[in-house]
Amino acid sequence: MLSHLPILQVILPLVAAPSCMLIRRSSLVWFFSLLVSAGALVVSVLLLQQVIDSGPISYRLGGWEAPWGIEYRIDLLNAWVLLVVTGLGTAVIAAARQSVQREMDDLRQTLFYTLYLLCFAGLLGIVATGDVFNVFVFLEISSLATYALIALGRDRRSLWAAFQYLIMGTIGATFILIGIGFLYMMTGTLNMADLALRLPELGSSSTVLAAFAFIVVGVCLKLALFPLHMWLPNAYAFAPSIVTAFLAATATKVALYLLVRFIVTVFGIDFSLTSLPLQSLFIGLGLVGVFVASVVAIYQVDIKRMLAYSSVAQIGYMVVGIGISSVVAMQATLLHLFNHALMKGGLFLALAGLVYRLGSSRIDAFNGLGRTMPWTMAAIVIGGISLIGMPLTVGFVSKWYLITAAIESDMWLVALLVVLGSLIAAIYVWRLVEAGYFRQAPAGGDVTVGEAPLSLLVPTWILIGANIYFGIDTRLPVEVTGAVAQYLLGGIQ
Amino acid sequence: MDLVLDIVLLSLLLTTAVAIAWTRDLFSAAMLAGIYGLLSASFFMTMGAVDVAFTEAAVGAGISPLLILATLALCGRKQRSDRKRALLALGLVATVGALLVAATLDMPAFGDPTAPAQTHVAPRYIQDSMAEIGIPNIVTSVLASYRAYDTLGEVVVIFTAGLGVLSLLLGMRGARETGTALQAIPRQHLVLRMAAKVLIPPILVYALYVQFHGEYGPGGGFQAGVIFAVGFILYALVFGLDAVRRVAGNGLVQFLAALGVLIYGSVGLLGMATGKNFLDYSALAGDPVSGQHIGIIVIELGVGITVAAVMMLVFYLFSEQLQDRNDAPEQLSPGRAG
Repeated sequence: MLSHLPILQVILPLVAAPSCMLIRRSSLVWFFSLLVSAGALVVSVLLLQQVIDSGPISYRLGGWEAPWGIEYRIDLLNAWVLLVVTGLGTAVIAAARQSVQREMDDLRQTLFYTLYLLCFAGLLGIVATGDVFNVFVFLEISSLATYALIALGRDRRSLWAAFQYLIMGTIGATFILIGIGFLYMMTGTLNMADLALRLPELGSSSTVLAAFAFIVVGVCLKLALFPLHMWLPNAYAFAPSIVTAFLAATATKVALYLLVRFIVTVFGIDFSLTSLPLQSLFIGLGLVGVFVASVVAIYQVDIKRMLAYSSVAQIGYMVVGIGISSVVAMQATLLHLFNHALMKGGLFLALAGLVYRLGSSRIDAFNGLGRTMPWTMAAIVIGGISLIGMPLTVGFVSKWYLITAAIESDMWLVALLVVLGSLIAAIYVWRLVEAGYFRQAPAGGDVTVGEAPLSLLVPTWILIGANIYFGIDTRLPVEVTGAVAQYLLGGIQ
Repeated sequence: MDLVLDIVLLSLLLTTAVAIAWTRDLFSAAMLAGIYGLLSASFFMTMGAVDVAFTEAAVGAGISPLLILATLALCGRKQRSDRKRALLALGLVATVGALLVAATLDMPAFGDPTAPAQTHVAPRYIQDSMAEIGIPNIVTSVLASYRAYDTLGEVVVIFTAGLGVLSLLLGMRGARETGTALQAIPRQHLVLRMAAKVLIPPILVYALYVQFHGEYGPGGGFQAGVIFAVGFILYALVFGLDAVRRVAGNGLVQFLAALGVLIYGSVGLLGMATGKNFLDYSALAGDPVSGQHIGIIVIELGVGITVAAVMMLVFYLFSEQLQDRNDAPEQLSPGRAG
C-alpha cells in the first residue's frame, strides 16, 4: 500500500466526494469528510517522511511510464505543500459543522461537503502531479468547486463575487491551457521532467516565450498577485466563513506552488530570470502589492474583507521572495507559504466563530469582544501579531528570512520596505485590538452573546497555537524549507 | 482545395466571432454561438481531428446553445452595454491576440512530420497501441488508457459543474418537486409531437452506438452522454418537464451523476487491488490486452452515465426556474426560447 501513497493522496478525497452524494445525511457527510481529510493528512505525513528518507517518488498512473502516461512525482517541494494543504484542510473541516449549519440551509449542506472534498482533491491533484496537462484538469476541478462554494454565501452579493472570480479564474485557466498547448507543440511532451529536459534545447523561441508569458500571467491571476487580485477581496468577504478560511489557507498557496514549479522546475530558473525581467517584476509588483493592499486594508469596515486585502499583501511578500531568487529567499517564500496558511487559517476560523455568534464580521461587531468572547478575541489578537511578524510567532520567522535574503543580495531598500509593510499591518491589527478591548459593547445589545462553540474554538486554537509553537520551535518548517530551497536552487547558487 | 476550405472556414469563424461580440441581442448571440460550434467542428474535421470534431459538434453546437437558451428564457435577451468596459476589453483582447500571433513565428508548420508533436510520444501511440491495448481507435487508447487519469479528472470536472449548478438553483424560487415548470406544448402541434416521437428512439440508439463503438471509430462516453441527454431534453421540450421526470427524476439523475464517477474510480481502484497501479487495467482479465479492453469499456460507461446525468440535471434545474418568470410580459417566453 505504501507504494500507492502518491495516488491515494488525491484519489481518497476524489472518490469520497461522489460517495457523499450517496450518503446524503449532512451530519454523516461531515464526519465522513473529516475522516477523509484526516486520512489525506496521514498520507501526506508519510509521503514527506518517505521523500526525506529516500528522495523523490514517481508513480505511473495506469502503469504507463512517462512521458506516454501520466506521472505523479513527489519531491520535497510538493511533499511540503501537500502537508500544508492537507493539514489546513483538515483543521478547517473539523471546525466546519456548526458554522455550516448556521450559514446554509439543510438542502445545501451535503452539497457543500461534496464540493469541499472536490476542491480539496483538485488542489491536491495540482500539487501532486508531474504532468502539466494534468495540472490543468485538476485546476478546473478545484476552480469550479471554488466558484460554487463562494456562491453558497448567505449574502446575495456572494453570487456576484463568485461570478467575478469565475470570469477572472477562467481567463487565468485559459491562459495556462494556451501555454501548455504551445509547450506541447514545441516539445511533444506534457511531462514536467521531460519538458525540463527538452525546453533548454529550444533556446528562447518566440513560441516558448509566449507559453511562458501565458502561464505566468495565468497562474498569477489564480494567485491574486497585485494587480490581478481584484477578484479576491469580494470572494473572501462574501463566501461562507468556512470557505474563506479554507481558500485563504490553501488555494493561493497552491497557486504559489504552481508558480514556483513552472518557473524553477519546468522552464528552469535560468530561462525564467533571463527571458523576461521577472526578477524586478516580481519584486516590484510584490512590494507595490504589499503597500497598496495593506493601506486599503486599514480602511475596511468588514474584517473579512480587511483580512482578504491583508492576504493580497502577504502574497506580495511571497512573490518578492521568488523575485530575489536566492536559496534563502526561496526558503523565506516557502516558510511564509506555511506560516501564512497558519495565520489566515486561524484568523478566518476565529472570524467564523464571530459570525456564528453575532452574524456579522463588521468592525463594530468587535466592540467589547474582549469581554464577551475572550477566547475568540485572544485568537484574533495572536493571529494578528503573527501577521505583523512579531518575535515568537511564525510571522517573525518568515519575515526574518526574507529580510536576511534581501540584505544578502544587497537589496537594502527591499529589506527596509518589508519592515515598513509590517508596520502598516500593525495599524490594521491595532484597530481590532482597540475595538475588542477598549470599546464597550453597545448598551442594550445582545447580552446573551457568549463564546464561540467549542467545535469551532478548538480547531481555531490548534492553528493559533501552531502560530506560536512553530514561532518558537522552528526546526520542522525551517529544516524542511531549507532543504526544499537547496533542492530547487542549490545547483546554481 | 484544403487551403480554400481552410480560408473559407476560418473567415466564417472570424465573422461569427465578431458578430457574437457585436450583437446586443443575446438570442442571436446564442444562435451564432451554435453556428460557431458547428464551424469549429468542421474546421477540426479538415485538420483530421475526428473525435474532437465530434465532441465539438455535440457540445459546442448541440447542448451548450440549448443551455444558453434556457438561461436567456430566465434573464431576458437584452444586453446592457458599457462602453468603457468594452474599450478595456478590446485593448486586452488586442494584446493577447498580438502575443498569440507572435507565438506563431517559431511554430512548426501544421502537419510537419518532423515537428516534435509527431516525433516524441506520438510514434509509440501509433505503432504500439494496437499491441498494448488492442483497439483500433488510437485516440480512445490515449484518452481511456495511456492518459486515463486526465479523463477521470474531466469526468469529475463535469460532475463538479453539475453540483455547482445544483447548489445554486436547488430550492430557489420557481423550483418545486411536482410543479409544472416546463409545460408540454399544446396537443394541436401534431407535427412537433410526431417529429419528436420519431426522432427520440433513433437518438437514444445512436447514443448507445456512439458509446460502445468508441473503440473502433470516433465516439465514446462524452459524446454519447451528451447525445443521450439530448434525447431526454427533446422529450421534455415537447411533452413537458413532468413527463420526462416520471422516467428519470431529480433524485435519479443526481444519483447517476455520482455513480458514473464512482464506476470510473472503482475500475482504477480495482487495478490497485490486482496488484497494479491505479487505472492499470491489464490485470482485469487473463491477458493484459483483454484486461485493457474491459477496463476501457467500463470507464467509458462511467463517463457516459455521468455526462448524460449532469446534462439532464442542469437542464432540469434551469427549466424548473421558468415557471415564475413567465408572468413577466417583457421576458422571452420559454416557447420561443426552446
